[in-house]
Amino acid sequence: MPEENETLQPVVSALAEGIKRQVQVVQDYAELSFQSLANVFTPPHYWADTLEQMDIIGVGSLPIIVLTGFFIGGVLVLQTASQFERFGETALTGDAVALALVRELGPAITALLVAGRNASGIASELGSMVVTEQVDAMRALGTDPIRKLMTPRVIATVLMLPLLTAVSDFVGLVGGFLVAYFTLRLGPVQFWTRAIHALDFGDLVQGLMKPFIFAFIISTVACFMGLRVKGGTQGVGRATTSAVVVSSVILLVVDTFITRILLWAFNK
Amino acid sequence: MWPGETKILLGEGGSGKTLLMKLAAGLLRPDAGNVTVMGQDISDMPEKELLNFRRHIGFVFQEGALFDSMTVADNVSFRLDEEKVDEAEIETRVREALRFVEMEPSMEKYPGELSGGMRRRVSIARALVDRPPLVFYDSPTAGLDPVTCQTIITLILRGRDSQGVTSLLATQRVQDAFGLANFRFDKTTGHIVRDSPNEVRTAQTPARESAQQSAKQSGAQSSPVPPTNVLVLRGGKIYFEGAADELLHSSDEYLKAFLASAE
Repeated sequence: MPEENETLQPVVSALAEGIKRQVQVVQDYAELSFQSLANVFTPPHYWADTLEQMDIIGVGSLPIIVLTGFFIGGVLVLQTASQFERFGETALTGDAVALALVRELGPAITALLVAGRNASGIASELGSMVVTEQVDAMRALGTDPIRKLMTPRVIATVLMLPLLTAVSDFVGLVGGFLVAYFTLRLGPVQFWTRAIHALDFGDLVQGLMKPFIFAFIISTVACFMGLRVKGGTQGVGRATTSAVVVSSVILLVVDTFITRILLWAFNK
Repeated sequence: MWPGETKILLGEGGSGKTLLMKLAAGLLRPDAGNVTVMGQDISDMPEKELLNFRRHIGFVFQEGALFDSMTVADNVSFRLDEEKVDEAEIETRVREALRFVEMEPSMEKYPGELSGGMRRRVSIARALVDRPPLVFYDSPTAGLDPVTCQTIITLILRGRDSQGVTSLLATQRVQDAFGLANFRFDKTTGHIVRDSPNEVRTAQTPARESAQQSAKQSGAQSSPVPPTNVLVLRGGKIYFEGAADELLHSSDEYLKAFLASAE
């Protein structure tokens, strides 16, 4: 038995060390995220940097959001219509597209696209600044890098993602309508009336609340990954990949829980 | 360090020069012991207070560490912008700082368009623009050709002798130490001149003078402090401390080998 214990000891200590490291990472992330939020309420504020980030994140992401939103709406109609046709209920297509887009697909897909485009951009930009000592230079000049670099990116993402989601939902419905019109011969009045009536207050709250949470996750994870880069350009590459993967996975996991809570809250 | 003094941290790569400078600037925290800078213990100072403290020091990073998305002028004015200094005042001071490092014509360029030596010069201008009483130079000549090294050392000399800047300079190059120890900037002629062998200069500033005055009143002997002193680091520890001349005439085998390797 003592021999067995001796063999197990290094494994156990390595495991404990690994868990400790992960807990430390979560703690650092929580601390940094809290700091970035707390900065919103105290001066100095970097409004010019925030506006610049809003332009990069919001306006810059608009083309891909419009393009993908349109085709997601279209493909959703194609998929649901084939099912509804079996029961002769193609008129319900508008309901299905509206509910799926506004409640779930709009927020989730927009967030995933923004994560792919902007989380990678934020992590690589901040990571490059870390490896070239620009972040240290900022600290040496008496400026808080979290306040100057992270907070504007978090505010910009949190303000822009709900707007992008709203655009994506609308364009998706337009795409869905066009596909329904040309393939199912569904009239505009029929499609839009059903689509609008299918949605109630709870659906809108669900669809517009999620982007705020997703935006916070995307921006804080991206900044965290960027600001803790180690290992030169290779480290920047790793941080960029991690920022996209980790933020995408976390937001999908969180999405499940928020959906459950909101469905319960609105008695759905 | 005395006010007005230039202290040179000399040592091989990995001897702890950059580490020491970053500790002194509060960019890293010590695992043990205390770091006292300008009479303040910064070892456990909260980051918020450290940010205010760092506004009184200038830091020139090894590779310049210029903000690559900003122009040269914006890099130099960064601290003044943060302090909400008047626009006209910023313009004057930025031009003055860039003229000092002979980079005024490049003020609208981006760091990516500059050579290594030019980037260091801009970095020096950025560190000096707010006229801090203490400046840290982290290997400002590393990786530069000999002529550019000479230019950088000349700028540091001018800063020391014309503005009375107290500096801590880390370098691997023995030439930098002797350049700073044996030459000075003559304000009247505007040229760099060699110190005469019999001339004993001191890091003379009002603070130093008052320290000497009190020493004289208490009857203590005060010896002149050369404006440039050397601290040789070896394996993270101080191996030698003294004037450049003492280093040159040292009989220590390691120091002799270190000096010989530079020749």
